[in-house]
Amino acid sequence: MSQTQDHPSVQQIWDWLGQVPDPEIPVISLTDLGIIRDVGWQDDTLVVTVTPTYSGCPATSIINLDIETALRGHGIEKIELKRQLSPAWTTDWLSEAGRAKLEEYGIAPPQPAGGPERCPHCGSTHVEKVSQFGSTPCKATWRCRDCLEPFDYFKCI
Amino acid sequence: MTRDEAFFEFLCRMGDNTLVLGHRVSEWCGHAPVLEEDIALANTALDLIGQTQLWLGLAGEVEGEGRDADRLAFHRDAWDFRNLLLVEMPNGDFGRTLMRQFLFDAWHTILLGRLIGSSDRRVAEIAEKASKEAAYHLERSADTVVALGDGTEESHARMQAALDYLWPYVGEMFEADAVDQAMAEEGIAPDPTGLRADYDALIGRVLAEATLTIPDSRFAHKGGRDGRMHSEHLGHLLTQMQWLQRAYPDARW
Repeated sequence: MSQTQDHPSVQQIWDWLGQVPDPEIPVISLTDLGIIRDVGWQDDTLVVTVTPTYSGCPATSIINLDIETALRGHGIEKIELKRQLSPAWTTDWLSEAGRAKLEEYGIAPPQPAGGPERCPHCGSTHVEKVSQFGSTPCKATWRCRDCLEPFDYFKCI
Repeated sequence: MTRDEAFFEFLCRMGDNTLVLGHRVSEWCGHAPVLEEDIALANTALDLIGQTQLWLGLAGEVEGEGRDADRLAFHRDAWDFRNLLLVEMPNGDFGRTLMRQFLFDAWHTILLGRLIGSSDRRVAEIAEKASKEAAYHLERSADTVVALGDGTEESHARMQAALDYLWPYVGEMFEADAVDQAMAEEGIAPDPTGLRADYDALIGRVLAEATLTIPDSRFAHKGGRDGRMHSEHLGHLLTQMQWLQRAYPDARW
């Protein structure tokens, strides 16, 4: 590892990556999602370590492309994306800001209890599961028994 | 058989199980009884195909002849596949599909749990990732088996028929041969016969709750995981799955 004056700092890179939206849930960023595990310079190559959310998630290749495009846009030429499987991604890595943004967007954030705490629309705690799966691999489908609106719940894994 | 040859066989068994089952489950896409189930089945298939990329990717790496996951998936014929016969069985009705999923998920979670302790770091990492997904699949397939088994007269009869039909394909999961022996000696994977007690306990609990009766027979159809004799169903499945690569070899997206 070496750090020369020409390199943007690692903190700067993290900030830039914090502005790259998740392709499927664009209200949160890749850093909110907790899938960027490491950023570092190896000589003049920037190594970004990314872990997949679900092994078959089709967004994975788009995410890699988005990371590369964003960093190139900031003038970084040599980029290496490393896939890291272990430790496996967990929703514990979602940032607090990310959880708040999800709820505001209408997606209930993950809870260790295995179900949403409240309806993201009206706040009622009278909610029921419709399906353990939803519109993307990371979500399940629930509905509110008070306002009767369906909503997505971010699965807790 | 060298160590790497046995390792390659083992990885093909892992990857072919998830590939063939993933394809089978994806056949429901657009046809499931209700929208939520359609989405659930497609998501399950997606996880399985994702795991396939990891297992077959590693298989190609271990083999060292330049074959990647896609090449192994799309450029082999039936006799080179190493999946269990169970996963190539046709979907049948929704009940049979979910019963097959349950019988597979129960075994898959137990096996992946053991593989997390593999002496090969790459195997352990894939297992760590996959076991989270498999646990989620098992939760759903077990719930559905209970709901349908302990449901109406019609759903109960269909689930019992599904169990009776699929039961002879369960025993193959616990067969062991020279490949398994080599993997067990290296600490890469557990001896499959040692998984049976946990499996019987797990499915016994769920099937009892589902008011279903496990057939009183240990007869097992074999020949999938060692490739000696697949059922006639695999060839038909491959004609669909591999159609594009057969018609236009090496076509790229």
